[in-house]
Amino acid sequence: MHAPPSLAQTVDALPTWQEIVDTLLLRGGYNTTWVMIGTTLLGVAAGIIGCFALLRKRALVADALSHATLPGIAAAFIVGTLLGTDGKSLPVLLVGAGASGVLGVVVIQLLHRHPRVREDSAIAIVLSGFFGAGIVLLSVIQGMRSGSQGGLTHFIYGQTAAMDHEDAIVMSVIAGLALIASLGLLKEFALVSFNEGFARVTGWPVTLIDLVMMALTVLGVIAGLQAVGLILVVAMLIIPAASARFWTDRLRLLVLISALIGGVCGYAGAATSALLPRKPAGSVIVLCGGALFVLSLLAAPRRGVIAGVVRRVALRVRIARDHLLEQLHEMEVHDGMGSVIAADRLVDAMGLRGWSRSQTRVFLLMLRLRGLIERRDGGIGLSDRGREIGARVARNHALWARYLIEHADIAPSHVDWTVDRVEHVLREDIVRRIERAIADTEAAR
Amino acid sequence: MSPEMYRFIAIDLPAMLGGLMAAVTCALLGNFLVLRRQALMGDAISHSVLPGIVVAFLVAQTREPLVMLLGAAASGMVAVVLIELVRRVGRVDPGASMGVVFSVLFALGVLLLEQAAVRHVDLDADCVLYGQPEYMTWLPPAQWEAFFRVSTLGLVPRQLWLLAGALVLCAGFVALMFKELRIASFDPQLATTQGVSARLMHYLLMVVVALATVAAFEAVGSILVIAMMIGPAVSARLLTDRLLSQVFVSVLLAAVGAVGGYWLAAVGPQAVGLRHSVSSAGMMAVVCAVMVGVCVLLAPRHGVLSHRLRQRRLARRVLVEDLLTTLLRARRAGDASVTHERLASVLGGLGRVRQGVEAASREGLIDVDAAGVRLTSRGEQVASRVLETHRTLQRYLVEQVGVLPSHAHETAERLEHVVDDEMLRRAGED
Repeated sequence: MHAPPSLAQTVDALPTWQEIVDTLLLRGGYNTTWVMIGTTLLGVAAGIIGCFALLRKRALVADALSHATLPGIAAAFIVGTLLGTDGKSLPVLLVGAGASGVLGVVVIQLLHRHPRVREDSAIAIVLSGFFGAGIVLLSVIQGMRSGSQGGLTHFIYGQTAAMDHEDAIVMSVIAGLALIASLGLLKEFALVSFNEGFARVTGWPVTLIDLVMMALTVLGVIAGLQAVGLILVVAMLIIPAASARFWTDRLRLLVLISALIGGVCGYAGAATSALLPRKPAGSVIVLCGGALFVLSLLAAPRRGVIAGVVRRVALRVRIARDHLLEQLHEMEVHDGMGSVIAADRLVDAMGLRGWSRSQTRVFLLMLRLRGLIERRDGGIGLSDRGREIGARVARNHALWARYLIEHADIAPSHVDWTVDRVEHVLREDIVRRIERAIADTEAAR
Repeated sequence: MSPEMYRFIAIDLPAMLGGLMAAVTCALLGNFLVLRRQALMGDAISHSVLPGIVVAFLVAQTREPLVMLLGAAASGMVAVVLIELVRRVGRVDPGASMGVVFSVLFALGVLLLEQAAVRHVDLDADCVLYGQPEYMTWLPPAQWEAFFRVSTLGLVPRQLWLLAGALVLCAGFVALMFKELRIASFDPQLATTQGVSARLMHYLLMVVVALATVAAFEAVGSILVIAMMIGPAVSARLLTDRLLSQVFVSVLLAAVGAVGGYWLAAVGPQAVGLRHSVSSAGMMAVVCAVMVGVCVLLAPRHGVLSHRLRQRRLARRVLVEDLLTTLLRARRAGDASVTHERLASVLGGLGRVRQGVEAASREGLIDVDAAGVRLTSRGEQVASRVLETHRTLQRYLVEQVGVLPSHAHETAERLEHVVDDEMLRRAGED
């Protein structure tokens, strides 16, 4: 067993600033420039197409599609070699890839039509069956005298290093086409994604639009095959769209943000891959996307995790405030308006609600800082604003309890618990309606 | 022993056995994945094991299978937890959540692999993806006398032991937890109220799936594992109606898929004139997938073909019954024999008439002569029974269901062919 090599040995030479700036400004050599343009375009196009794949819940159909391109690539290579042309001609391979990808999607639809085969099973079967066929064909190629499959495995993991400018131009053209087509058909796609039935009855050719959407997904996948590889290319469709979904509820913004994220990932991935050795562009692009996804998941303003936690905490604080003020109000009503309540009595009373002493103390401090209560001789007194809130909460509590008892047929002994939770979230208009309902029953008596 | 025999034992047998055990292990678990609509969890896990393998290797600096297995299983579980987390915390569509998690983990794995390559690490990514059962070889003594000794077992390739372990583990898991798995798969809420935590079962199943995936991918590769999990299970689901029999059938099909796939890969290419055998792992996956296609088409009860046949038989019966009632109505109106042309106007086309006449006369329900078509006595019996049914249904529809009298005829016309005796009796009651 040899000693593990020290880390220093594995650190690669870092690029100079000049190289970094040149690469980022698309002056890093002809091939590099085209590869960067291609992956950026691909990122933007896949970002847009991915939005619709996501909205139609087709994320994993796209995954099956990309895996299903392998036998097409291998078959195109075999046919090309047998016909005596250069088997590695990229357009031919991509046509093969597209054809078998489409075939895979068609097979999924056919299998799914059978009532006993669910969609997820159909996807899994096509994904692995086609991939298996691809591997069989690759091993056939390996056995062929004339060809070597060396270049073909690049399509599995993707390798920008092996691309020359012609390959990159092919990729850019395909991605560009998909980009233009998807932008042009944005309205149609939106309609079909959100309300298929409505689109159908208003006379839109829904099936055709759906097919075009699928065709664009195929274009996106085959554009990314060489740079990103068929396993990871699906990530370029899913991740930008899924990340963008956290930031907005509007389709136009969704498409815009998703395209932006896709473009940034494509650009950053290709640049990193060009600057640093052994950083495959596909992986870097996907990891960039993953980082942006995590960022979106955490930090997005409305749907993000942090915003959600803040909202929940704020609500709990408000509920605690309400409870405390309600209790104070109740005691004040009992003792007479403007009376002073001893802190220990309050702590005991809150203890009955399951509050600890320190909890009560902390919230009392908070209320005092907000000017809802005042410290007076021998205890605590409510300020006007605090009294107002406490009275409102108490009133809501009573109203809702009465409503539940009289209108929802809930036993009086069971009411309190649910009421304690609902009293804080009753909106003004609901309070009015409850008041009216109760007034109506009074009148009826 | 003969050289051919030795070749078989040394080269073909281990690969075949490996594939067989992997397939059976996967198929056992696949039944539940298919049932729970989590077929793609297998896919997600098998992609996600890559970083675990590389990290395990980089940390432990050894290719010891157990270490790799642990690393892979750990990252498989990380994937399962992350998928669930992203789905619930981020409220993301489950498919998208899987796609995001497994592709990021896979990308991480590829990147780590590239870094590991710097340290002269002999870890082949291709092997992870599509496995090489052909590389499992067993070199036992070549004489039969020496062959049957305990020491021969020591020469069995370690992958086979690993797979055997995985098989025993999975079979034990499924056998012991069958009841719990079944209830948790069919009705998670019911399971939870019955004291079988559906979530616990989910994670348990996922742990076992991760272990099975990892054990199997060395033999068949991580993507082909999916074919073995889902293919036999879906096929068995098309062939049987009970979970227990489905499990047994799927195991059988998995065995057929593995052995058949291996055989095709070894022998098939020569049959079409290629000199080399092809990837047997790939072929096994293809066989598993093709199996599904065959079952979808040909399954006795649920297949497309038998469905079509049933439909055609029903259509034929409807046609014959319509023909007979038309003849009976004509006879009651005074025409004993009816020409093809007149029938065509009722039944919709001469072609249909010819079809119906042929079928009905074959059954001896009508006589055909130059003047036209007339009912036999048996034909009349059948026709009057259908007409009776029609009348009963029509009355029932109008009186009990409240269908307008003008609309009841059409509905009764459709129902008269399919209603059974019990339904008819009850429709006839007041």
